[in-house]
Amino acid sequence: MTEPESIHARLTGVTRVFELSSGATLRALGPIDLDIRRGEFFGVVGPSGCGKSTLLDILAGLSRPTEGSVLFEDKPIKGVPDGVGVVFQEDASFAWLTVQDNVAFGLRRAGFDAAEIERRVEYAVGFMGLRDFANAYPSQLSGGMRQRVCIARTLVLRPRLILLDEPFGALDQQTRLLMGEELLRLWRETGATVMLITHALDEAAMLSDRVGVMSARPGRFIDFIETAWPRERDSRIISDPRFGAITSRLWDNLRVESLKTMGTTIQKASP
Amino acid sequence: MKRTGDSLLLILGILATWQVLYWVAGDIALTSPASTAVHLWKLLGTARFWENAAETARAFTFAVGISLVGGVALGVMLGVNRTSGVVSEPILIAFYSLPKVTLYPLVLLCFGLGMSAKVAFGAMHGLIPVTIFTMKAIMQIKPVLWRTAHAMRLTARQSALTIALPAVLPEVIAGARLGFSLTLLGVLIGEMFASQRGLGFMIMSAMGLGDIATIMAIAVFLSAFAIAANALLLWLNRAVPR
Amino acid sequence: MNRQILSREGWIRLAVIVAFTAAFEALCRFGFIPSTVVLPPTDMAASLWHILRTGEYNKDIISTISNVVASALISVTLGFVLGVILHTMPRLRATIEPLLASYYAVPTFIFYPVFIVVFGVSSRAIIAIAVLLSVVAMIESTLVGLDRIPRVLHKTAAIYRMSTPARAVLIDFPAAAPRLFTGIKLAFAYAFIGVIASEFILSAQGIGYAIAYAYNNFDNRNMYGLMLLVILLATSANTALDTIDRHMQSRVRVTR
Repeated sequence: MTEPESIHARLTGVTRVFELSSGATLRALGPIDLDIRRGEFFGVVGPSGCGKSTLLDILAGLSRPTEGSVLFEDKPIKGVPDGVGVVFQEDASFAWLTVQDNVAFGLRRAGFDAAEIERRVEYAVGFMGLRDFANAYPSQLSGGMRQRVCIARTLVLRPRLILLDEPFGALDQQTRLLMGEELLRLWRETGATVMLITHALDEAAMLSDRVGVMSARPGRFIDFIETAWPRERDSRIISDPRFGAITSRLWDNLRVESLKTMGTTIQKASP
Repeated sequence: MKRTGDSLLLILGILATWQVLYWVAGDIALTSPASTAVHLWKLLGTARFWENAAETARAFTFAVGISLVGGVALGVMLGVNRTSGVVSEPILIAFYSLPKVTLYPLVLLCFGLGMSAKVAFGAMHGLIPVTIFTMKAIMQIKPVLWRTAHAMRLTARQSALTIALPAVLPEVIAGARLGFSLTLLGVLIGEMFASQRGLGFMIMSAMGLGDIATIMAIAVFLSAFAIAANALLLWLNRAVPR
Repeated sequence: MNRQILSREGWIRLAVIVAFTAAFEALCRFGFIPSTVVLPPTDMAASLWHILRTGEYNKDIISTISNVVASALISVTLGFVLGVILHTMPRLRATIEPLLASYYAVPTFIFYPVFIVVFGVSSRAIIAIAVLLSVVAMIESTLVGLDRIPRVLHKTAAIYRMSTPARAVLIDFPAAAPRLFTGIKLAFAYAFIGVIASEFILSAQGIGYAIAYAYNNFDNRNMYGLMLLVILLATSANTALDTIDRHMQSRVRVTR
C-alpha cells in the first residue's frame, strides 16, 4: 500500500471525449485510473491513436478531461500547475533566439535575477552538451540538438514532474539510446518524477521503473510492468536477462492492441 | 450548402458596406449600389459603351494571346537549362516588381498611339508572370521524368508534348491566371494614359466631367468580368490533375 | 556560408546584363534605333546624373518618395491590424476569404478616378489608391504568418503560463516575423507601382508626373533620365527588401 504523500499525480476516472465538426463524438481516452509515484520513472507505451498525447495534455493541464479528476501534489489542477515541465514531440525551440536565450527564456519570464539565470543556463547548457553551440540558432542545429535545447529549457526551471511525449521520435536508434542515458542522468540528478511516452518498447523497458501499457482507442491502461531496475542504470541494461522478458510481455500486450488499431483500418478498406 | 450561404453573405456584406460608404461620403464621392446598377444598365444599352468595350476587348485579346504564347515559349526556353533559369529568375522578378507604367512612353514612341501600343502595354504586364511560372515549373520537373523520356528514346518534341507539358500544366495555368489579370490592368492603364478609345478612356473622360456614376458603373463592370474570369481559371486550375 | 562576392550564376547574370546593355548602346549609337525613339544607355545615365546634380526635379523626387513611404507605412499597419483581427474571427475570415483571394484579379487601379473626384488632384488621392492596391498583400501575409505558427509553440506558451498578450508579443510575433516581412516587401512593391502609375495618369507632381510631362513636351533627355531613375530606385529598394526577406527565411526552422 503506497502512502498518500508518495503519490505525485493521480488521475481518477479520466476520460476525454472530442466533438467532431460533423456532430459525432469521439472518445479519445479513458477511463484512466493512474497513480504516478513521486520520483519514479514511468513509461507509457500504446498503439498509435490510443490517446497517449491526450493523456499528457491532461496531466500537464493543457487540456481538461471530459470526466474524472486530476490531482497533482494532492491538489486538483486548474490549468498548468507550477512545477510541471513538458518536452513535446515536435521541435518547440524558438527559431529567433540563440540556444542560450532559448534556455534562459522561462527563467527570464519568471523573474529570476541575472546571476541566477546565468548560473542555471550555464549548468543546463553544459549538462545537455550544448556548450559549443550556446550562441548558435536552432536552424543551424540538427533535430537531436534542438530537442536537447528543449530539454535544457525545461530543465532550468527545475520542474518536479517532467512529461516527455516521444521526444526522440525523429532520431536514429544509436542517438536515441544515448539520449535515453542522458535522460536517466537528468532524472537521477534532479530527483524529479518523469513520465515518458514512447512507441519504442526497448526504450520504455530500458528507461522506466514502471511501464504502463495502453489499449487501442479509447486508451485505457491494461497492464503495469515493474522493471525493478537499479537507479544507477544506463543503456547497457539491455543485456540484462530480464530485459527480454519485459519487452516480450510489453509486446504481447501491445501486439493485440496494435492489431485492433490496424484491424479497424483494414475493415474500412474492404467494400 | 454552407459555402453558397457564405458567398451570399459576402456579396450582401459588400453591398451593405458600399451602401454605408455612400451614406457617409455622399453623392460627390460614390453612387449607391442601386443607382450604379441602374446606370450600368443604361450604359449597357448605349452603342458608345459597346464600341469602347470592343476596343478594349480587342486589345486585351491580342495582349493575352501574346502573353500566353510568348510567356510559355520564353519560360520553356529559359527553364530547360538550369543555369539559364537560375540566371534569369532575379532579372525577371526585378521586371515584375518594376512599375511598368514608366516604360509606356518608350512603347508609345515605338508603336505610336493606337492599338499596337495598347497590346504592347498589356503584353508587357502579362508576359512576365507567365514566363516566371512556366520557367519555374519546367525547372522543377523531377529529373527522373527526363531520364524516363530519354530511356524511352523520345524525340525532343515528343518529350515536350507528352511529358513536360502535362507536368507543368497546373503551374502554367496558375501563371496564366495572374497574367490574365495583369494584362487587363496593363491595357486599361494604357487606355487611361494615352488613348481616344476604350473603357479606360471612358473612365478618364467621365472623371473629367465629374461623372462618378459612369466611373463606378464601368469599374463595377470590369471588376465583375475580372472576378468571373478569375473564378473560371481557378476552376480550370483545379480541374487539371496534378 | 558562401564567401564569394557573387555565385557563378551571379557572374553570368552580370555578364548578360552588361552584354544586353552594350548591344543596346551599340544599336543606338550606330543609328539602328533612332534617337527620337530611345536614347543610348550612356546618354540616359548622363541625363540622370545631370538631373541629380542640378536638383531640378528634387521636388518631384521627394514627393514620390514620401508618397511611397507613406502608402507603404499605412498599408503595412492597416494590413497587419486587419489581418490580426480576421485571424481571431475564423467565421468572418472564411466568409471574406474568396474576396481576398480574387482581390488581385480586379484591376483595382481603375478606381483611381474616384479618388481624384473625391480628393482632387493631390497626394491624398495617390496614397489612397496605393494603399488600396497594397493592403491586401499585407493582410494575406499576416494571416499566413499567424496560421503557420507551429501549434507546439502555443502549447509551450501555455506551459509557461503566459497571458495572451505576452504570448502575442514574445512568441507569436517573432514566430510570424519572416512571413510578416514578406508582406512588407510585397506591400512596398505594390505601393511603389501604385504611386508611380497614379502620378503618371494624373497628378500635379512626382517622378511619374515629370516623366509624362517630359513625354508630352518631347523632352526625351529628361524623360529617359527620369525613367532610369525610377528603374534604379525600384530595383534597388525591392532587391534590398528581398535580401532581408531571404535572410529572415533562412533563420526559420528547418522542417524535420
